[in-house]
Amino acid sequence: MIRKLLQGGKGYEKQSVMTVVLVLLETALEVILPLFMSNILNTMQLYSQPNPLKENLIYLDFSSFKIITAQAGSAITSSMLTDTVVTYGVLMVLSAILSLTFGALAGRLAAVAGAGFSKNVRGRLFAKIQEFSFSNVDKFSTASLVTRSTTDVNNAQQSYMMIIRTVIRAPSMLIFSAIMAVINAPNLAWIFLVAVPLLGFVMFMIARNVHPLFKQMLKKYDAMNAGVQEDLVAIRVVKAFVREDYEEEKYRAQTEEVRKSQLKAEKLMVLMNPLVSVIMYGAIIALLVVGGIDIANGRIQAGTLSAMMSYCTQILMSVMMICFIAVQLVMSRASIDRLWEVLDAEPDIKDGASGKTVDGGSVSFVDVDFSYSNNADNLTLEHINLDIKSGEMVGIIGGTGDGKSSLVQLIPRFYDVLNGKVLVDGVDVREYSLFNLREGVSMVLQKNVLFSGTIRENLLWGDKNATQEQIEAACEAACAADFIKSFPDGYDTDLGQGGVNVSGGQKQRLCIARALLKKPKIMILDDSTSAVDTATDAKIRKGLREHASEMTTIIIAQRISSVEDCDKIVVLDDGKINAVGTHKELLKSCAIYQEVYHSQQKATAEANAEAEAAAASKPAKKQTKTVKQTKKSVKGGEDNA
Amino acid sequence: MPRPMGRDKAAGAPRPKNVKGTIGRLLKYLKPHTGKMIVVFFCVLVTSFTNIIGTAILAPLLNGLAAVTPKHDLKLTGIEWLDNLAFGDAASKIEYLTILVCVIAAVYAVGVLTNYLCNRLLVSVSTTTMTAMRNELFAHMQKLPIKVFDTTTHGELMTRFTNDIDVMNEFIARCIPQIVSSVLTILGVFIMMFVLSWQLALVMVAMLACMLIVVKIIGGKSQKNFVAQQEAVGKLNGYIEELIEGQKVVKAFNHEEIAVAEFDKINSGWQNVSAKANGYANVMGPIMNNVSHLFYAAIAIIGAFIAISSAEPLGFVGVIAAFLMYIRNISNPIQQIAQQINLIFMAVAGGERVFKLLDTPQETDDGYVTLVNAAIDEQGNISESSVRTGRWAWKHPHTETGEITYTELKGDVRFEDVTFGYEENKTVLHDVSLFAKPGQKIAFVGSTGAGKTTITNLINRFYDVPDGKIRYDGININKIKKADLRRSLAMVLQDTHLFTGTVLDNIRYGRLDATDEECIAAAKSANAHQFIKHLPEGYNTMLTRDGENLSQGQRQLLAIARAAVADPPVLILDEATSSIDTRTEWLIEKGMDALMQGRTTFVIAHRLSTVRNSNAIMVLEHGEIIERGSHDDLLALKGKYYQLYTGMFELS
Repeated sequence: MIRKLLQGGKGYEKQSVMTVVLVLLETALEVILPLFMSNILNTMQLYSQPNPLKENLIYLDFSSFKIITAQAGSAITSSMLTDTVVTYGVLMVLSAILSLTFGALAGRLAAVAGAGFSKNVRGRLFAKIQEFSFSNVDKFSTASLVTRSTTDVNNAQQSYMMIIRTVIRAPSMLIFSAIMAVINAPNLAWIFLVAVPLLGFVMFMIARNVHPLFKQMLKKYDAMNAGVQEDLVAIRVVKAFVREDYEEEKYRAQTEEVRKSQLKAEKLMVLMNPLVSVIMYGAIIALLVVGGIDIANGRIQAGTLSAMMSYCTQILMSVMMICFIAVQLVMSRASIDRLWEVLDAEPDIKDGASGKTVDGGSVSFVDVDFSYSNNADNLTLEHINLDIKSGEMVGIIGGTGDGKSSLVQLIPRFYDVLNGKVLVDGVDVREYSLFNLREGVSMVLQKNVLFSGTIRENLLWGDKNATQEQIEAACEAACAADFIKSFPDGYDTDLGQGGVNVSGGQKQRLCIARALLKKPKIMILDDSTSAVDTATDAKIRKGLREHASEMTTIIIAQRISSVEDCDKIVVLDDGKINAVGTHKELLKSCAIYQEVYHSQQKATAEANAEAEAAAASKPAKKQTKTVKQTKKSVKGGEDNA
Repeated sequence: MPRPMGRDKAAGAPRPKNVKGTIGRLLKYLKPHTGKMIVVFFCVLVTSFTNIIGTAILAPLLNGLAAVTPKHDLKLTGIEWLDNLAFGDAASKIEYLTILVCVIAAVYAVGVLTNYLCNRLLVSVSTTTMTAMRNELFAHMQKLPIKVFDTTTHGELMTRFTNDIDVMNEFIARCIPQIVSSVLTILGVFIMMFVLSWQLALVMVAMLACMLIVVKIIGGKSQKNFVAQQEAVGKLNGYIEELIEGQKVVKAFNHEEIAVAEFDKINSGWQNVSAKANGYANVMGPIMNNVSHLFYAAIAIIGAFIAISSAEPLGFVGVIAAFLMYIRNISNPIQQIAQQINLIFMAVAGGERVFKLLDTPQETDDGYVTLVNAAIDEQGNISESSVRTGRWAWKHPHTETGEITYTELKGDVRFEDVTFGYEENKTVLHDVSLFAKPGQKIAFVGSTGAGKTTITNLINRFYDVPDGKIRYDGININKIKKADLRRSLAMVLQDTHLFTGTVLDNIRYGRLDATDEECIAAAKSANAHQFIKHLPEGYNTMLTRDGENLSQGQRQLLAIARAAVADPPVLILDEATSSIDTRTEWLIEKGMDALMQGRTTFVIAHRLSTVRNSNAIMVLEHGEIIERGSHDDLLALKGKYYQLYTGMFELS
């Protein structure tokens, strides 16, 4: 896992390594500091007792600017005292300032490296996702990919910063302090040999027992919040059915669950503090007793014991820090695993080797079987054979789940076939490079997506070098020019995120115009005019024919009226081709087509017939009377009702 | 092991406005736990006290052990017999040591115990308080008017329940005791310092002040950069979301490389501010770590010079030695406070947001007419019944006469010149009048924004209109208790929402006391039985996340079944969307038709085939009824309805 993290820090090795070096220096200085303090304290205490020196004392004599070594046993004069205090005081200040500088620099570099790490990982992730095929995206789900690119990257970044700063700091602090402690008072250092493993053991045990409890709590916590979310989304239903109290009760039960499991986990957690304190204080008392006896017997000086107490704190603190880091790493491990799951995933559609481009618009399906799960027992499309000639307009009709969208998504190779092959311009789609294939095939998806930015920016997706004339021509063909012109800002109207500022029908027409700008050889409209009225729908088809007569057009539609003038219509039923033919042929021969046609035609036909009948049965005079009557009923309210 | 908190997010939060008031209100939640909190504060006090005592004993202990005989004026414990031991031989020195170590051990033991007790109590107080706060917030939110939900995003409301409550929990469980104990320790240490030497103590105060200024400057820079970072994160995440959601379009347009290039630009922008923000924040740690060392050196040097020039150098140096030990004691609490300050601001900001929501007025309900089960005899006399009779009556207590009258619930709804707007200057409905007789089907047709849904929002009083404008069975609906009014109506909404639970649970949502058989019967009548039977576990199949495992059509059918089991006299149907294929639509229509039998029904139609057999169809445009009449009347009129019906006009 650490290898993975380091791998993400590429390009910031310099900062990362510098951080580590600086942290080491900072730690070393911090460990030396108690030694200076103990020298100051020792000298002061000996002077005030008054006692002669017990060990040799090195200090800078400020009157002569010479380094002087005072021998053990000599008495301490007041000038010796001030010189010693100033010597070690200045050393302390210098060390503290250096340590502060190193620490601050390390902090900044760690921030740079951490941000760099994050940028790297996020950038790689994003680029990887761009490489993904549709089935990769389907497998991970869009929402999960978004979470991974945001929350998980953030978690990994925190871990990375911690690793380069603390992971080095804590163990080195432990080691340096231990060394200093042994040098300083070898006969006291054994106390740490007992305290450190004991502390490590206690913390490990608590962490091990508390971890599953917290995990459980988090699960309940998530469930509780999911409940709130659900209630918020469905608040109208809740209110309409007067279920406020019922929902409240449900929520209360959930909060109680969370409270109980949180209490259970925290109860164990609050044991940590006293246990750690007991060990820490135990070590200090042991130091006091053993060291105190040594002082009383004149073997060591008071300041040395005081320094030992500093080391005691440093050592035990770093043990705690190490345990804490271990826990944190375990917790962020899930995030890191989730990130690398994406990074290690192979896009399951590989570029074709040939440099061919799509020059013609013919499409053939040869014995195609297709399954989203690559499972021959669960076929979405079965044994499809279909030939579409260049320049043809082909309609596809069928119910939800019959495989219409699946069929056309094989053409630009959003998915690969399980068996058989799809030929575009006589060449297997798997031989084209994805770029060339998709340059030749334009597809307007069922779920129309516009991006934040202006209308023009969105249209330029089709061809980033398109001129204003070309843009206008495409919009004209897609029946979008009129409404765009009606906006005060015209083509520069801001669409807002996800194109919220236009209606469904307008959005669909913009998407068609965008696809047209690509000047594709093959154009696929996947139920792209469902929110457009029949008259405009027909106008768009006419526009497409005029705008690009060479272009092969494939139209998926719910409405028969959207496909009836196509050169041929394909009827799909449960993943198989039921019939292919013109409108007239299918009306004669295809039962499904007839059924759909009649159910839809009835409405319109009846409407027209009824309207005509109503008009015909009443003389002109009477008809105006009806209108009047209706108007009257507007005031009366219930006459017609 | 605290939960990983959205550190970046929180640090960028705006500074709270009313710190004092918010903290005060927050503390009010601790009132039920006054007893426990008194113990907690006592414990904190004792713990801080033991910390100081521990150090206070340490100085005479070390000084005493090193003291030479004979006795001189060295400052030790001040207890004569004890001090005498220190000036004795090695054996009596060890006795001195033993006594003091025992005292220290006892003091530490007390400290550990009170510390544990305090934390343990706080855990139960904070979990209980948070649960109470969550429940209060949820209960309050439930009763807010629909308007609040229309104008606030779900994400924003969710944050109240997650981030905001969590930071307050952190505040109560960790911040308060930490801060109190740190402040007490610092105070105690300073008192001891002033006792030892007021001159040196003053120097300490001055140095501490300098440190605070430095911290404030760096903290301010950090804060500013965190805000910038927050903006950059928002931009970055927005782009990620948009592009990943639109991934298929990106691929269809060969737009991958451009997307990656654009992303790299935003990503690098984020990197810059993030490195700056975290850089400043990371500097704080080393400063706090080293500040006590600087203090130590400064006091030692200054102290040594004062001592030399003073009349009693020996004694004063002893004082400095003790003083220096205290300095080491304040480094930790200072670090603590620095860490907690940010948390306090976060908690206060969170508290402010939560309290603002709690202060939002709830839906008002002055209604006093209630819905009761009715027993109706042959003469048409209505009496109240305690059991479900299948018939209902409005119970209307008259205040002037003290009389109670019963009106049978029939489902007769009238609008009289209703004018309404969600905002004051923007009227959505103009002078709408309509009349629905019991059992009739009234349809509303028109573009989005024409006011169709608004009308239904008024019938069930999601929004209120002035008195007397809408009457239900002749009663002014403002007089009817909202809960009872809504119980008499069932709604099938355009966006179907299902709840986590089994299919059966979801159907039963319509009427909680419905038996399994009644639910299944309702599903059958709604045409939902067929598909439910084919689910992996039939009626016991668990639905999660708004029924994500079901298709839109299936969810719609369940919603119809849910309304069917409620069995209300009045129905409001906001019809299915356009993305449903014709076969499923046919099924849904059948389900709806069965449901509408014998009930007053308001239908909002997107596809016009469902409205043809309505008793009256209202064509709405810009909040006005522009055409009304039966299907045949409207076709003959050759107006807007005719255009819509023959597909000549686009509904959007």
